[in-house]
Amino acid sequence: MTTLTDPPKESFRLSMLIYDSRYRSMTIQIVALIAVLTLIGWLISNTAQNLADLGKQPSFSFLGESAGYDINQRLIDYENQDSHLRAAFVGLLNTLLVAFMGCIAATLVGVFVGVLRLSNNWVVARLMTIYVEMFRNVPVLLWIILVMAILIETLPAPRAFRGETPEASMMLGDSVAFTNRGFYVPEPLFSRGIGDVHLFGEAALRFDVSLDLIAVVATFIAGLLISGLITRRADRIQAATGDRPRTWHWKAAVIVIPTVAVLAILGFYLGKPELQGFNFAGGTHMRNSLIALWLALSLYTAAFIAEIVRAGILAISKGQTEAAAALGLRQRRIMSLVVLPQALRVIIPPLISQYLNLTKNSSLAIAVGYMDITGTLMGITLNQTGRELETILIGMLIYLTISLTISFVMNLYNDAVKLRER
Amino acid sequence: MKKTFILGALTVAAMSAGAASAATLDDVKARGKLECGVNTGLVGFAAPDANGRWEGFDAAYCRAVAAAVLGDPDAVEFVPLTTKTRFTALAAAEVDVLSRNTTWTFSRDVDLKFEFVGVNYYDGQGFMAPKNLGVSSAKELDGATVCIQTGTTTELNLADFFRANNISYEPVPIETNAEGQTQYLAGACDVYTTDASGLAATRATFEDPSAHVILPEIISKEPLGPLVRHGDPEWGDIARWTLNALIAAEELGVTSANIEELAAGSDNPEINRLLGTEGNLGEMLGLEADWAKNAIMAGGNYGEIFAKTIGESTPIGLARGLNAQWKDGGILYVPPFR
Ligand SMILES: N[C@@H](CCC(=O)N[C@@H](CS)C(=O)NCC(=O)O)C(=O)O
Repeated sequence: MTTLTDPPKESFRLSMLIYDSRYRSMTIQIVALIAVLTLIGWLISNTAQNLADLGKQPSFSFLGESAGYDINQRLIDYENQDSHLRAAFVGLLNTLLVAFMGCIAATLVGVFVGVLRLSNNWVVARLMTIYVEMFRNVPVLLWIILVMAILIETLPAPRAFRGETPEASMMLGDSVAFTNRGFYVPEPLFSRGIGDVHLFGEAALRFDVSLDLIAVVATFIAGLLISGLITRRADRIQAATGDRPRTWHWKAAVIVIPTVAVLAILGFYLGKPELQGFNFAGGTHMRNSLIALWLALSLYTAAFIAEIVRAGILAISKGQTEAAAALGLRQRRIMSLVVLPQALRVIIPPLISQYLNLTKNSSLAIAVGYMDITGTLMGITLNQTGRELETILIGMLIYLTISLTISFVMNLYNDAVKLRER
Repeated sequence: MKKTFILGALTVAAMSAGAASAATLDDVKARGKLECGVNTGLVGFAAPDANGRWEGFDAAYCRAVAAAVLGDPDAVEFVPLTTKTRFTALAAAEVDVLSRNTTWTFSRDVDLKFEFVGVNYYDGQGFMAPKNLGVSSAKELDGATVCIQTGTTTELNLADFFRANNISYEPVPIETNAEGQTQYLAGACDVYTTDASGLAATRATFEDPSAHVILPEIISKEPLGPLVRHGDPEWGDIARWTLNALIAAEELGVTSANIEELAAGSDNPEINRLLGTEGNLGEMLGLEADWAKNAIMAGGNYGEIFAKTIGESTPIGLARGLNAQWKDGGILYVPPFR
């Protein structure tokens, strides 16, 4: 028996927007939205007004003008008559270079330290703790400057390598020189190279891709794929017969032989750096600014990654390891088959934000004079053209794009490794 | 209710933003202090001394402006700016005037929208190298590593110079003079290049200045001077005529020693107009009648400031050269005070 009746129909009154809980949250949201939009609108109009008062209309035409300054580190051809856009592109590639190198090094060091921090060896575990605490509790800018100062003050200048009895000498069979301007290392060269492809003709974003490099890398990857097929075949045979055929020599052969062959065909050799005039010539020059930035960023970020890895491993209950051991799995297989696949699920999301942090922190590059996008576009170009608003806006867009791309790629990877529940 | 509050807040914000673009002179008077952009530390030009008091050729100009406007040479807030931050700081009204060995160029004047109020030092870009490097001319620098401050005319001139001479170099960009000094002394760069005056000032701070040579080539014209923002011509006039007053004082023989005496009245009408005992130049600028007297008393006339901060009797040891009065063979020539 129901005694409940519908509540009497109320007509809508304006005060209900505030007093009626059905509408209140909606009202608040709309008011807040209006306020935020007004604020943004005001900021924009205020900026435009102030710029107009100063007589500076926003304009991006400066990007096409000749930059006039030189950049020491460039992955692509550039000279001071090129446009500001080209200079920005050089800077962007330098940002990407240090971010890429940094993420790889930080991951390697981070995983290593994170695992060792769980070691049963008291000394090792403590050392790793000291490393982690030291690096993550001091601002990364200080690390960058410290590494740079050490490089500059402790290593010999190129002129110390000169003379009858030089104060410093090259290492590894006279092929590597450690100087306070950076490291000079041998560079890969091809005597019968097949040249470069020039992309984008004469545009500001033009760049060259070495066909030699593509050929070598493609051969190497093809080798890896074939070796994967060999593994798959071995798995099948093992599943069918219980015997696993010996495959490592086949795998090594399909990876090594074709790659070496391609290198030989292209006439691969190493160009050694040699002292010439004021500096070393030939070889690859890893500038001290790049080394300082790269080392400091990776060691700093590695401290955070170590903690993430440790947390990830600790998140897998000990019962799993024990159960796997009871099934007779060996230690290494327990790690790779049981613990890591589950730990990755915990590790990857925070790892993404560490990669993003590292990339964004790379904008501290100017502290050591590394010409990244902040140093070129948002540094010298901004200064020489006085286009603060425009350059910073482009810079923000670029960092946003890089960050979103990293998140996107890492999320794809996360989807691939995350636990599939059934 | 809520809406009125927001609208109210917006109005206040809008009004305060509007006020920021009003006359700089009123702002400075209301604040009781002049915000003056200077070097991050270049001894002789602007650097804090042992007691933390900013001293130097450029700092003295800031004090003169403060004295002219506020009657107090110490009513200055010195804002250290790098070559990179200086223009943004001036454009954003963080400083009222920038006195920081800044070269007067077309694009800074026209495109960056600043107003250079004159030249207080005629300079040019030079190179410094350790003696034992064995170079005697900048043309021998093919392949050298060169330290340069970013965001300067220096780096543009350098690019031009090496291109014109068809030789190559490796630039090492640095942000402050101090950083450049460290890198240069450690041999991380072979040569250091900047304005010749800056080189002399930098070399003077070295342990062994005689171990370094300044190469003979001067590769550019660097007229250095104070500047203000576009769009406030009255403030620009004050900044310009304060500088002119210091230079004119030297020309007319007005020094900190005899200024009190001359301010009581002299038989040179131009001195009288300058020091405010005749005519109403101060009033035309919107200042007190004794504005120029205060400015000169802050640190002496141009010649006195020069001798005290960077002149031949200081460790920096710069000769007057081009920066002598026109009567003495230099190119300092200020328009008349009338
Ligand atoms: N005059 C040039 C160069 C100015 C410049 O680089 N000055 C240097 C040396 S003279 C300087 O002020 N260094 C001191 C500092 O870093 O704060 C310009 O205006 O662009």
